[in-house]
Amino acid sequence: MAVATTAAPAAAADEKELLISGSEAVAEGLTLADIDVVTGYPIRPYDTVIQAIAKKIANGQLVAEYIVAEGEHSQFEIVKHASTVGARVFCGSSGVGWAYAMECLVVTPPLRVPMVALVGNRALDDPGAFGVEHNDALFVRDLGWLLCWIDTSQEALDTTLIAYRVAEDRRVFLPTAISADGAFLTHSQAITLVPPKSKVDKFLPRYDRGDLLLHPDNPITVAPQANEDWVIEIRRQNDEAMKRAYTVIEEAYADFRRVFGRGPENPWFEEYMTEDAEIILVGMGTISLPIKVGIRNMRAQGKKVGLVRLRWFRPFPTEQLVKALSKASAIGVIDRDYSFGSPFASGVVANEIRAAMYNAEKRPPLLSFISGLGGREVTLEDVYKATDLCYNAAKSGKSDVKTHWLGVRE
Amino acid sequence: MAETTFSNATQILEPFKGIKKVTIEEYFTSGHRTCQGCESALVMKLMVKAAGPRTIVLGSTGCMYVANTTYYTTPWVVPWMHTQLGSSGSAALGTAAGLKALMRKGKMKAEPINVIAFCGDGGGADMGIGAISATLTHKEYNSLVLLYDNESYANTDIQLSGMTPYGANTTFSPPGSVKRLIHTRWKKNMAGMMAVGHPECRYVATVCASYAVEMMNKVRRALTIGGPTFIHSLDPCPKGWDYDPMLSHELGELAIETGLFPLYEVEDGNVRFYGKTKAIVEGRKRKPVREYLLKQGRFAHFTEEDLGYFQAKVDEMWDKWEIPAVVPFRRLDESKAALGVK
Repeated sequence: MAVATTAAPAAAADEKELLISGSEAVAEGLTLADIDVVTGYPIRPYDTVIQAIAKKIANGQLVAEYIVAEGEHSQFEIVKHASTVGARVFCGSSGVGWAYAMECLVVTPPLRVPMVALVGNRALDDPGAFGVEHNDALFVRDLGWLLCWIDTSQEALDTTLIAYRVAEDRRVFLPTAISADGAFLTHSQAITLVPPKSKVDKFLPRYDRGDLLLHPDNPITVAPQANEDWVIEIRRQNDEAMKRAYTVIEEAYADFRRVFGRGPENPWFEEYMTEDAEIILVGMGTISLPIKVGIRNMRAQGKKVGLVRLRWFRPFPTEQLVKALSKASAIGVIDRDYSFGSPFASGVVANEIRAAMYNAEKRPPLLSFISGLGGREVTLEDVYKATDLCYNAAKSGKSDVKTHWLGVRE
Repeated sequence: MAETTFSNATQILEPFKGIKKVTIEEYFTSGHRTCQGCESALVMKLMVKAAGPRTIVLGSTGCMYVANTTYYTTPWVVPWMHTQLGSSGSAALGTAAGLKALMRKGKMKAEPINVIAFCGDGGGADMGIGAISATLTHKEYNSLVLLYDNESYANTDIQLSGMTPYGANTTFSPPGSVKRLIHTRWKKNMAGMMAVGHPECRYVATVCASYAVEMMNKVRRALTIGGPTFIHSLDPCPKGWDYDPMLSHELGELAIETGLFPLYEVEDGNVRFYGKTKAIVEGRKRKPVREYLLKQGRFAHFTEEDLGYFQAKVDEMWDKWEIPAVVPFRRLDESKAALGVK
């Protein structure tokens, strides 16, 4: 269904228009950010960004150390260490590759290494599957990574620049993972505006590691064994940095709009037809396309449905979401992930929103859906079914505690 | 950003001509809490003394992490950073790549900075061997990986590693009433493997801190020659090997004199033996390995049969290997005879 769901912003005179995939758009962003060290290891679908970067390096469009590692563990360790001597770094992975790097993902936030990584969301093994699921990126949700989901090639490029700006802000100094749905975004092309380097330089300052720089002129000892004497204080410092990220993200988006003349006013989530919505559906990533089309069709039949597409998952925009969702008669959260054995056997996003709404003055009934696992298409029928169940709950005024799997053969 | 002229040159560290010519400055000083008689702490001290002040050291998890660097204190005068157990290779590579990128893009003052990553035998020869192997193929980045081999996971309670000698008593291989020997694997030939397996790695060496000047000079050679390099150090460990801490130096010597651990370097493919190993290659009689083994509690359960097996394996290193104690292939004439080909 070829329907433009978001009006493309007009190109400024100094911007290029390119027909590129989400991965290629990230590579454009990385080039504009003038990254210094990049590491790759093959796994679909994120690897397309490394292919794009390799071409840029081969053609001299980007000067960076480019290292093909012997596994994801080394891939993430190499850039972690490069970042500690002051280099702006990038890497990424997908599915079990991201899992293979897990130890390195754990140590990066407490070392306050502001790396930016692309997670090309992919189902975890076994069985092998190339398609999208969000469980891979969600591994890091409790660890101090900033974590966001993007939806379009334009958002891929813009978020790459924003991610470095936020991660490298000394108030934050935490790694940032950009999640892109495998195939649906990593491999799908769309017209994307590429700004000139001169504008990027106004938005993104140089990475300055300051007094944390590992260099003979600054002979510090990094990460000595701390044990019970200090670990809890170090965790608390990470927590404070994550809390400060709220302000830094809002500043970054405001500045992005000022410099580039586009970008969302609300960094945290996109609201689509929610002003008068009785039912608000919630999702992350490219699932927005079938939901938006479904919403337009349902509105033609008089059903007032809207969408909240969550962009930032960490830090979680609790206050903003509560405000946006409280006005609905019922909320339907569609997870492209699972959390076996969790409360109500729900997906991760549904349970996060349940927790966020707990102290809200108005708590509409909340329904949890799981859909599109392993890259299965989320159909309009799935969207209609979810909406109907939400209307039932709105009528009864009660949450349905069952988690509904959409489009699954039972 | 445009590339600036950048030289991949290393620091030129001439060999120390004797112990009296060694620099006085220390870059690994007080502030650690290693065991009495710890040879690995001496290795750290000599390693960074040899490297000098314009050096960054990365230390993977192990006793040289936990016992050396406790929060709010550090023995390291040079910049030092922890890396994960299996990450010494990646730490060396990433640090070197970061420095190179910044220097060649004009974002950092260009100068040769030594990058040394150390690992224990568990971190280096077991978990991190893949990353070290990869690093030794990246010839455009100057770094040294130094493996301090005390032949067990000595930080975690003395568990066996792939470098623990045959039959040794560790907490994961205790001798029992039914099975006297639980650990019956022969130790990996790490330096030989690294030299043979990485044709563009210009320098691989073995060292023992019982021979301190030679050890420091090998570190200096590794850092001067450039590209990725590898050094394997055998470090007697009073706690793990179960002997009087005053004997660390002597046990290091015995490991060499019995032929169990050879001292050599491979530079651009050329093998050079050192000290008493050189004497053995030239015909000097090796001391029996029992003189070495029976000084250590970890072999106290050995029978004559075990000692005989151990001696025979060491004899094989010297009598059968293509390059004695370095490359375990049989000599070509013997291979032909064994395979029945002309």
